[in-house]
Amino acid sequence: MSGRVRLLFIVAALALSGVGAVLWALTAGEFAVSPLGAMAALFGSGTGIESDVVRHLRLPRAIAVFACGGLLALAGALMQVLLRNPLADPYILGISGGAAVGALFAMMIGLAPWMVDGAAFAGALAAMLLVFGLAHGDGSWTQTRLLLTGVVVAAGCGALVSLMLSLATDTRVYSMLFWLMGDASGATQPWPALVVLGVALIVLAPFARDLNVLSRGEDGARALGVDVRMLRYLLYALASLLTAVSVTLIGSVGFVGLIVPHLVRLIIGNDQRVLLPAAALAGGTLLTFADTAARTVLAPIQLPVGVLTALIGVPLFLFLLSRRMR
Amino acid sequence: MASGEVLLDINQLALRVGERWLCCAFSQQLRAGEVLVLLGPNGAGKTTLLRTLAGLAPPAAGTLSIAGRSVEDWPPRELARLRGYLPQQQPDLFPSSVLETVMVGRHPHLGRWGWEGEQDVAVAEAALSETGMLDFAARDVLTLSGGERQRVAIAALLAQAPRLMLLDEPTNHLDLHHQISTLELLRARAEAGCAVVTVLHDINLAARLADHVVLFDGRGRVLAGARDEVLRADVLEQAFSQTMDCIEHAGRRIFVPR
Repeated sequence: MSGRVRLLFIVAALALSGVGAVLWALTAGEFAVSPLGAMAALFGSGTGIESDVVRHLRLPRAIAVFACGGLLALAGALMQVLLRNPLADPYILGISGGAAVGALFAMMIGLAPWMVDGAAFAGALAAMLLVFGLAHGDGSWTQTRLLLTGVVVAAGCGALVSLMLSLATDTRVYSMLFWLMGDASGATQPWPALVVLGVALIVLAPFARDLNVLSRGEDGARALGVDVRMLRYLLYALASLLTAVSVTLIGSVGFVGLIVPHLVRLIIGNDQRVLLPAAALAGGTLLTFADTAARTVLAPIQLPVGVLTALIGVPLFLFLLSRRMR
Repeated sequence: MASGEVLLDINQLALRVGERWLCCAFSQQLRAGEVLVLLGPNGAGKTTLLRTLAGLAPPAAGTLSIAGRSVEDWPPRELARLRGYLPQQQPDLFPSSVLETVMVGRHPHLGRWGWEGEQDVAVAEAALSETGMLDFAARDVLTLSGGERQRVAIAALLAQAPRLMLLDEPTNHLDLHHQISTLELLRARAEAGCAVVTVLHDINLAARLADHVVLFDGRGRVLAGARDEVLRADVLEQAFSQTMDCIEHAGRRIFVPR
């Protein structure tokens, strides 16, 4: 099977499972909707409360978690190549820390929800520029320097978050904690995130083979004609932006960005031309399943989606890892 | 032999790391069909020179041209089809098959949107069989031994098919038999019209392979020239701070530490 055919096959299969996950998200819940009813609501012929629930409550949330799952998995895969470190995840360079500082500060002084989103995005961008500025200061821009700078900035953000939690009033602490654990219930404008995900995949496509070469070492990549400097700027900017968009929309949901790239790599290999789109689709699918489960298994209690991603992902990952060992 | 095209022209090249001069200005030409060996004690600057020759680091002074064109004037992708570089280490982090790893050498020969075709697979498999690794094609590189991994890296360089080959200690991790077959492979490539520059640690392997030698003395001086002018016991003793005997055997000089 040639490479292109394999890519199409894998993308088609994962896209189908993504559609299945979104369909489940639209139908499941206290107010049960049949798949046909969900379709009818989506494509306009449905009316009444069923249509309202599907279109105005469940669809934005399903699209938000699907897009964010994709963004996080893609950002994680890019960070792992950029830092040449299998343990890298989207939050490792302090993007989520910056977003958390922004969002919690906005909550602490009682700003409106949309301003909290704005503050989170501003915080993420500030952290991204700070890490870039510090790590790039003398032009050396090595992986170790970037990693250390990011980890230290993330630690600083963590301290600020703890400070704000201890200063905040009881009523606000609850919403702050929920934000920190990741919460998709407030996501009403999910479409921009989906567009960002699509644009990122298109931008990356012509560089995917360059990433294959870069993941095998910097000198070797340069000797093979890869513009490593430009590629690393692109990776840093894209991975950070994708993470910032996701954190702004649903808070810092852990685990997806670290595990999904590895999960996909264990099954289909490390060719970035296939891995990047496959990781994006698999991340979206996994997070959609997890979020739907989080709001339905113990209904009416809503669990943090991060708990579910870990509960689903950890055994799956360990199973694949042990299968590969043999 | 001196009739081949000049593939590498080193002109009054000098190297510096921080405040320390690794080598003073020296010149050397390398033609198609010839092998140049870089030799010297640890930390003398062999790798730095090789990276500079590959165009991966700028020289402190002097000029360098590859196939008649100044190295900084080459577009990176075109240069990658002409000169190949084997790094000293192969830092694998992610699982990947041996065949995929060798196929990376085809990168500069493919367009932005290109995928490796049957012809690229054939080139990669030929390279693997040249280094005796074809039976390992489906293996994960993370499961290979050091010597096997090194032979895969050499195969990747062969798959790149450059006319100017730069190798940093290609005999690293190799057993005696594979050290010799690697040298023979490099010599065969030179005879097929390539030029080879390689860092070696073993003086006797260098004596066996080289047409020209650049010898570092670790104190900022280099001696560049034809093999027999540079590989002399008195010169080597100074460079390596080790007394040495030179034995003539079967028409070859063999150097033995005393």
